[in-house]
Amino acid sequence: MIEPAIRFDNLGHAYRPGRWVFRHCSAQLERGRVLALLGPNGRGKTTLLRLLLGAMKASEGSLVVQGRTAFVPQLFQVGFDYSVLDMVLMGRARHIGLLSQPSARDEAAALAALDRFGLADLARRPFHELSGGQRQMTIFARALVSDADILILDEPTSALDLKNQALVLDWIQRLAGSDGLTVLFSTHHPHHALEVADDALLMLGESDFAHGPASTVLTEDNLHALYGIPLRRLAFQHGGETMETVAAVWRNAASA
Amino acid sequence: MTMSPNCGTEALPTTPCCRGLARLRIGGSAAVPLLALTLLGCMLGSLCIGAYPVPLTDVGKILLGLSLPEPLRPAASWSDAEFAAVQVIRLPRILLAVLAGGGLGISGAALQGMMRNPLVGPDLMGISSGAACGGILAILFDWPSWGLLAAAFSGGFLALASAWMLARLSRGGGILPLILAGVVVAAFFTAVHGLIQYTADPENKLPTMVYWLIGSFAGATPAKVDILAPPVLIGGGMLLMLRWRINLLSLGDLDAASLGVRSAGLRWTIVALVSLIVAAQVAVSGIVGWVGLIVPHFARMLAGPDHRRLLPAAALTGAIFLLITDDIARTVVTQELPIGILTAGLGTPIFAFLFWRLQAKGWSHD
Repeated sequence: MIEPAIRFDNLGHAYRPGRWVFRHCSAQLERGRVLALLGPNGRGKTTLLRLLLGAMKASEGSLVVQGRTAFVPQLFQVGFDYSVLDMVLMGRARHIGLLSQPSARDEAAALAALDRFGLADLARRPFHELSGGQRQMTIFARALVSDADILILDEPTSALDLKNQALVLDWIQRLAGSDGLTVLFSTHHPHHALEVADDALLMLGESDFAHGPASTVLTEDNLHALYGIPLRRLAFQHGGETMETVAAVWRNAASA
Repeated sequence: MTMSPNCGTEALPTTPCCRGLARLRIGGSAAVPLLALTLLGCMLGSLCIGAYPVPLTDVGKILLGLSLPEPLRPAASWSDAEFAAVQVIRLPRILLAVLAGGGLGISGAALQGMMRNPLVGPDLMGISSGAACGGILAILFDWPSWGLLAAAFSGGFLALASAWMLARLSRGGGILPLILAGVVVAAFFTAVHGLIQYTADPENKLPTMVYWLIGSFAGATPAKVDILAPPVLIGGGMLLMLRWRINLLSLGDLDAASLGVRSAGLRWTIVALVSLIVAAQVAVSGIVGWVGLIVPHFARMLAGPDHRRLLPAAALTGAIFLLITDDIARTVVTQELPIGILTAGLGTPIFAFLFWRLQAKGWSHD
């Protein structure tokens, strides 16, 4: 039996005693698969990601993460005008001793990762000057250069235009497919989950979760329960292929 | 889904301010050697100038005489007064200013990087006030110089740790709670050392305390250099070794943790090193404000934001800045100006400018 990359049983977390963000959450993710994490604001998606990254200890339950993790945060700004190369170089932290500095080899690895994302020409540019999509790609390159096995992304498409959203989703599929990375991403877009995720975990309530193959779990009923507004799964033809998407019914949403 | 791996090349426009700073930047590899040469030149120049000017050639010969063994020493072409001015009065003072400035510069750069915040410095975080509090307590009880150093270090560390913990209580995090926590802690320690001064003997202890607090290198001696050098060289050396790790800390805890960095231990190590350096500086020369806050900004303009280059550049810039300021303090007017007053006079408008510039840049990260 293949050992899953991530496995948690009866996981729960409370920032204050008795005030549970969520509890009794169980799921597993096999190597090389993509899991989408969905839930409304405040349901605990980011808390779960923090637990998986080891930034916090869970209040209850067991959690096993097999392999190195890399994190891609939401579109973010860094406090200092680091160059794109400096940003990617930081991915080598696990390979560089506490009191050591990055070597020429580390720099070459960072440049190679940037090249893969088509950003090698921008290596000396300030990270702040990049477009949103370029910044996300830089952070992907940083994750790649860290030799991570598991990629954890916090709403990676938020604040991106449609083209860059598609680019990010495409890279999620590539990294899981050709690089064999295990990917877990949180999102507010069920159609993104349907498009690229193998599995989905829906945080329906404090102790209410739906977990399984994305196409099975992302039902109209579950999505309605998740967001409190009607959502429809729609099939359409594209390039001779039948595809599916999810559309929200916005009309009268305020009174839903 | 298939797409080109090359993402769009559209980029955010840079602000005029950013472009201006980029023009000032010397370039990573050249900045540090150039600053080192500038510092060397400033040190030699500082040995020449003063109430009793000494020609550069004589300064060079005196220095060679001090550093070479007997048979190799140049023939003495200088007067006793010149020798005394260079060796007894100016050399310890210059070394003290260089060590203090270098220590404050590197401490400020490390703190700003670690806290992801360009508006913090040892003074704003209350370290100087805490160290001053420990120092005047040592003066009150007539403790020896090592006791003063230990008391100043304990006070500085306690102040910084308190400010940091207080800021952490704010659930929102961000720049404002951190600065306010520093202001609160600094105000508390200022009140405590105000109380200590109130109870001190006005004939004997109080003038010593007040003069020490203002900050000055006028009483520089080789013994003070001996007190300041080890904490600055050891603390600064360790900060230099950790300089790339400061880049990682500047990303924030979650991001750093995902890269395998144990932020908490690293942050406390840096806090301890900064406290050691600043407390030692306060112990030998009183409060020299603003240097640790503004110098890293100049260094960043010259060497860029990467802490691998920024930390040595900040140490050298701090040393140059404080040395030149001290030269002004001892030469411009007949009655020597306390350097703490000069740095505060220069620091406040520069800080106001930096605050305005960061606001204009839209500083928004937490």
